[in-house]
Amino acid sequence: MHNVYIYILCMAAVTYLIRVLPLTLIRKPIKSRILRSFLYYVPYVTLAVMTFPAIIESTEFALAGVLAFAVAMVLAYFGKSLLFVAVSACVTVFVTELIIKFII
Amino acid sequence: MKNSQWFVKGMKAGVPIALGYFAVAIALGISAVSAGIPAIAAALASLLNNASAGEYIAFTLIAAQASYSELVAMEIVANSRYLLMSAALSQKLEPSTSTLKRLLLGFTVTDEIFGVSMMQEGYLSPYFTYGTFVVATTGWTAGTLFGAIMGSVLPTAVVTALGVGLYGMFISVFVPEAKKNRVVAILVLISFALSALFEYAPYIRELSSGIRIIILTVLISLGVAIICPIKEEERDA
Repeated sequence: MHNVYIYILCMAAVTYLIRVLPLTLIRKPIKSRILRSFLYYVPYVTLAVMTFPAIIESTEFALAGVLAFAVAMVLAYFGKSLLFVAVSACVTVFVTELIIKFII
Repeated sequence: MKNSQWFVKGMKAGVPIALGYFAVAIALGISAVSAGIPAIAAALASLLNNASAGEYIAFTLIAAQASYSELVAMEIVANSRYLLMSAALSQKLEPSTSTLKRLLLGFTVTDEIFGVSMMQEGYLSPYFTYGTFVVATTGWTAGTLFGAIMGSVLPTAVVTALGVGLYGMFISVFVPEAKKNRVVAILVLISFALSALFEYAPYIRELSSGIRIIILTVLISLGVAIICPIKEEERDA
């Protein structure tokens, strides 16, 4: 039987090392333009990859996920805050699934 | 600006993140309890890790009584994007920033905190990020605890809806940048398309989602960096 707290310490140690090593080891500006570009693009690509199509898979009905995705993209485009975008996506899913269940 | 002023500015930036984290972490707390993890252990995991995808995967592995080494391997895969973000953050710091400040900063790297830190003009004051982190992680930990305790009481429809909040947060980090920079906009569209391809294509879809995320991130970011590197004036951005 494994101990849940040892699991948690293992994951915390690994996660911390991953985060701290580049910060402590890379102390000089990176000269390579391609490498700089790569590092600039990484966060946006990761988040985009994690968002789609996972958002559609995460709901009970795919339509709810599609609508939440569309609502969040449009609101974020018009500069709404992180909280407003996140809550709107949640409300969209809740309402859509409520309506679908009511119909079928 | 003084360090304390940066800290307060960071805390203010952390408030919307904390509220979003709270909502999203409820879903995480619920998944912890259904994996047989006590509420207090789930909250501790959130306090020490601050990693949505990494924690979800860990809870699944803990439920399956996986070996410690398996958990470590999976966490490396699930969290490797932080390696890249942290490398990007290292370029945002004044080169003379002390080791202690860097060691503390290492604790704070999450998608959203990284996002707001990179949006600051010029060199980043670590105190800004510390301020954001203190507020945001409180929301994350409290949300996990709340979800773990209240999860059984909340209706399924509410839990499903809350789970989508995470994606809403991601979207609100990359869309504003895509609006400013056409290359990022194209990058996001390519990411969506290839991510969908990897999700549904035979053979590739057998890979774990963590591995797919890493392959796609490196492939797309490197490809676009070679074809369309950032302009010189954006170097300090």
